[in-house]
Amino acid sequence: MKRIGFFALLMGVLMSFTNPTGYKVGDKATDFKLKSVDNKMYSMADYKDAKGFIVVFTCNHCPYAVKYEDRIIDLATRYKSKGYVLLAINSNDPAAQPEDSFELMQKRAKEKKFTFPYLFDEGQKIYPQYGATKTPHVFLLDKNLVVKYIGAIDDNVEDASQVKEKYLENAIAALEKGQEPTPNTTKAIGCSIKVKK
Amino acid sequence: MNISLFLKKKQMKYFRLIVFSIFFLSFSIKAQNLITFQNFDELNAYVQNNSEIPLVVNFWATWCTPCVKELPYFQKLHQDNPNVKVITVSLDFEKQVESKLKPFLKKKNYTFVTTYMADKKFNNWISKVDENWSGSIPATWIIKANKGIFVEQEFASFEELNQFVNESLTKLN
Repeated sequence: MKRIGFFALLMGVLMSFTNPTGYKVGDKATDFKLKSVDNKMYSMADYKDAKGFIVVFTCNHCPYAVKYEDRIIDLATRYKSKGYVLLAINSNDPAAQPEDSFELMQKRAKEKKFTFPYLFDEGQKIYPQYGATKTPHVFLLDKNLVVKYIGAIDDNVEDASQVKEKYLENAIAALEKGQEPTPNTTKAIGCSIKVKK
Repeated sequence: MNISLFLKKKQMKYFRLIVFSIFFLSFSIKAQNLITFQNFDELNAYVQNNSEIPLVVNFWATWCTPCVKELPYFQKLHQDNPNVKVITVSLDFEKQVESKLKPFLKKKNYTFVTTYMADKKFNNWISKVDENWSGSIPATWIIKANKGIFVEQEFASFEELNQFVNESLTKLN
């Protein structure tokens, strides 16, 4: 027992050294089991037939996340029929950001009629594994949970009608063709994930 | 008075009006004191041209609550730490520059340099600031003689910020 504990500790130490910033494209993502606004638990393993997963770290309060809210709803609907499952995760600690409490997530999901799970990262265990730092922050996984794309949804937060490059949709299109997305990582401004100090 | 002279007079009048409005406009811009960068190269050039003393460049926006919270620490740093000059770069939404950013700055009366980044194709320039910057704000960039230290974090107090800046300056020696 002691030995297992030691190994777990050693693994933890090694992980923290080898994986300081979370996943990179090509890494295999861990599955999670998180509670959604409907009070049910969701895992990627539940979706046996999924061709891939769009994991979006988002939240209620962040103006950047709010700007992308309608686009996230639209993506979830359009790609569901193509076999891609969108899972939204709120990783903010409500103690640091009261607008992002589970109850207010439920309220927001109802108001906006979310058709996808809106999961609460209770205890903030998932976002560090992924290396999510901000909202919104997207991770596109293939059906084997291998990370294929990390970054922004598109290149224009302020105006959906002025988007020139649909990074995420282009990445999914590449996956559909059996190709690697280019670019496979993009950067955008966002709200930092809130941790209580 | 012949017609051409009349026209000339009229032109002169317009010319005066234009000169006056340019003067007035530049004055009001100066009073507002918000420098706009169209792209990263302009920001970088500004940084290079003002590097006689080390710079502390803070990326923020009015919609970012932790950013707004730490601005007074940067103001105090600008006033109390003689070793650095503070430049803030606003990443506010274009539509909120007039309605939110400028009124906010006017109200707060900060004396650090206030600038606005107009290039919203973030993927083009975030990595140029620092390759490890994921894009969350607040974020702070300390530059001394062409070398920089970048942090993607917020500061809990002026003391924490000041200590971090001083330690960074030592490291950049």
